[in-house]
Amino acid sequence: MNRFERLRWKTRVFTIIVVLSNALGNFALASGMRNRSTDGVLDYLRAIFSPWVMIGIVLLILWLLSRMALLSWADLSYVLPVTSLGYVVNALMGRWFLNEQVTAARWAGTLLIVAGTMLVGAGSPRNLEVSLEMKREGA
Amino acid sequence: MKTWLLLALMVFSTVLGDLLQSAEMKRHGEIKEFAPRRLGRVLAALARKKFLILAIVFMAVSFFAFMTLLETADLSFAVPASAATLVFETILAKIVLKERVDSRRWAGACLVAFGVALLTR
Repeated sequence: MNRFERLRWKTRVFTIIVVLSNALGNFALASGMRNRSTDGVLDYLRAIFSPWVMIGIVLLILWLLSRMALLSWADLSYVLPVTSLGYVVNALMGRWFLNEQVTAARWAGTLLIVAGTMLVGAGSPRNLEVSLEMKREGA
Repeated sequence: MKTWLLLALMVFSTVLGDLLQSAEMKRHGEIKEFAPRRLGRVLAALARKKFLILAIVFMAVSFFAFMTLLETADLSFAVPASAATLVFETILAKIVLKERVDSRRWAGACLVAFGVALLTR
């Protein structure tokens, strides 16, 4: 595997971690906060140490760190559209776990997001540097 | 009025947070080591970067602005607004971060933004 293939695979793996940790983290946080009063400081503390909220916080920390790692080699204009796949995961989780209605417009939106993600994902994660180096190495 | 202010605050802090985070990580360079021992050193180095700390502050502001926004506005208003930041940020990535945004990325960003707007229907 050459450098560019390795970068591509690393980018794929981290994109999946970023997307899943964000979607699952938000879901866990929302589950933990449901039907909970947050009037005083004590209520907040009790909420933070409930299992679902803890899982949510850990996943969102993972999200932050993995996104930072991804941004250390991939352009922001690459990371943003590609990690938007998270909207789709959120919509699907709403469909499966909360039995939300999925209208025709939502399916169309899902398809557009997937198309946009695939279009950008098929390109290189770091435009300038990679293309220069590929030219230099004659790839 | 309050809704629009919150929205502006959310968009502003999201954009600024992402730009700062991306700029600082670009400057740091590609992270290659993922062994736990090395990772600790990387984290310690990152924790001292001013832009990164500022970026996390802006992300937190954006998060709380979004939460407060949801108290007064519908999700179907708040989520498409977050899709608008995507196009906005792509423009700024080109201007501020000097990224080479090719037609593939423009098209992708627009597809995703339209898709997110449709998701709320």
